[in-house]
Amino acid sequence: MGEKGAGEKLTAPTTTPKIVARGVWKVYDGVTGPVEALKNFSLDVDDGEFLCIVGPSGCGKSTFLRILADLVPASSGSVDIRRSGNSGRPLANVVFQEHAVFPWKTVLENVAFGLEMRGVPKDERRNRARAWIDRVGLAKFASHYPHQLSGGMKQRVGIARALANDPEILLMDEPLGALDAQTRAILQEELLKLWEEERKTVVYITHSIDEAVLLGDRVVLMTAHPGTKKAEFPVPLARPRGIHTTATAEFGELSYAVWEALRDEVVAAMEAGS
Amino acid sequence: MKPSPGTRRVLLPAAVFLAVNAAATLLDLWPSLWWLLAAANFIIVVAAAEAVSAFVPGRHALLYRRSLALIFPLLLILGWELLVGAEILNPDWFPPPSRIAAGLWEMLTRYDEFTRSSLFGRPWLLPRAILGRGSESPGELLAESHLYATLFRVILGFFIGSVPGVILGMVMGISRTVRTMIDATLSAFYVLPKIAIFPIMMLVFPDPFGEGPKVAVVAVSVFFLVAINTMVGVRDIEGVYLEAGHNYGARGWKLFRHVIFPGALPMIFGGLRLALGTALIVIIAVEFVRAKTGVGFLTFYYWEILAPEKMYAGLVVVMALGVLLTAALKWVERLVMPWRREARRSNGKNRVVTD
Repeated sequence: MGEKGAGEKLTAPTTTPKIVARGVWKVYDGVTGPVEALKNFSLDVDDGEFLCIVGPSGCGKSTFLRILADLVPASSGSVDIRRSGNSGRPLANVVFQEHAVFPWKTVLENVAFGLEMRGVPKDERRNRARAWIDRVGLAKFASHYPHQLSGGMKQRVGIARALANDPEILLMDEPLGALDAQTRAILQEELLKLWEEERKTVVYITHSIDEAVLLGDRVVLMTAHPGTKKAEFPVPLARPRGIHTTATAEFGELSYAVWEALRDEVVAAMEAGS
Repeated sequence: MKPSPGTRRVLLPAAVFLAVNAAATLLDLWPSLWWLLAAANFIIVVAAAEAVSAFVPGRHALLYRRSLALIFPLLLILGWELLVGAEILNPDWFPPPSRIAAGLWEMLTRYDEFTRSSLFGRPWLLPRAILGRGSESPGELLAESHLYATLFRVILGFFIGSVPGVILGMVMGISRTVRTMIDATLSAFYVLPKIAIFPIMMLVFPDPFGEGPKVAVVAVSVFFLVAINTMVGVRDIEGVYLEAGHNYGARGWKLFRHVIFPGALPMIFGGLRLALGTALIVIIAVEFVRAKTGVGFLTFYYWEILAPEKMYAGLVVVMALGVLLTAALKWVERLVMPWRREARRSNGKNRVVTD
């Protein structure tokens, strides 16, 4: 495991990791025979770490996230998420792409959804949802439906929905992938600010190297066919970060290093596809 | 002062319109070439409307489009009236709209002694009937009305068919086993013209000439349409909604209530709209063949006694019925799906996503 940014991470390296994945395999039963989506994938994520996974499409990064979220079972191997004592919290919640907020629920109902499913009383869940809606800057839109919001606002709802549920770990599946470049930059900064306040353990899937380096404490690079870990890059950039971080020489060097490692993979994936 | 090019574009079709129609009238071309002249007039009117639309400011665009939608059918009716008046169309087959309107008025206001019925059930007699001072009871007044008879059959059949249709469609959408078992059978029944099962319905019910078979055949036609659409609606729910529901702890009934049901609602209502149209077709057809009441019966009856203007009036009532029932269903739809109502009302102004 790489070194962390000086003075920024308070967790001692000796504590047990928040997420421990050991030898995870995922084999899909395809029409033309079994397809290995994940092969012997192992990963530790520290408590309060922001981990980014990048890789070419089809490298199994989304599959790994779905295994963490308990949406699909692993074929073999083990995944453990350590609870922080208080057992009432949900284990892992996902921020999906922006169209995953329920169009038939208002912003308030969307954000309160996880709490409602867990049986939190109406007044309490509304108050908690409203607090998060305020924090993502949607106070005026609490009773709006998603179709009245822009893509960036919708994804703020998606982020608030996950954070209001207060999970042990936060999983993000290319949450900003469908947004235009300007909106994405704004949301990256907002996300950094929220995370630096909350310090929740995050596993963030993206296909953007710049985004991974900007947000993460560590970047894990995955390869395709079958999906497995290729390389790891610690990101020792100082926090608080923001778009200004992308103007530093260190940022450029790191992004380039990840790209160097990824390029062969992308070429291989393209050739395999053709 | 020369007219602007825009004004000229409006004046030109007007001039062509006058020239063509004046020439046709003078040369007495209408009786032989009326269909060609009608087509030419239609093209001229379209050209004029296009030219005028360039002058309409954006804030009045909606008003302009609405008036076009209203004026065109009026022109059509006027053209019909003129063609019959000039004896180009045979008034026995195509009675002029004015006579149809008069026939409709008579049907609305008069009690038909021979069939012992009325279209509306003479609502003006209701107050006296309720007070017990009329010669008929309120029940008799309702029973003599053709409109209520048809409405009763359509609405009752619609409910009896759509509720189990939604339930079966939901089960088929959720359970792959049930879907695999039933889908082929359902599709086979779906293509069967439902009116063809009317004789079976008449055998099944103890009173073959009563209301039972008529309501049942409506219910059956509605059932298949609604079931298939509901199934497709459930199947078409985006996987990410189900994943989100699951991930936030929705299971079983909660998943159904918060994700599957609202997710399928747009398709369910699509099915209900189709089913309503089919229900009207089926009930009118049934009333043509085997009924003593109903708007379909009335229409056919006036054909049999060769009163074409009243036969047409019957068709007008059927159209009005269809429009009203569709409007009622749309109203329910907006009530049940507020997240779509907002989409429509905002009229693209603050809409961001198209669906």
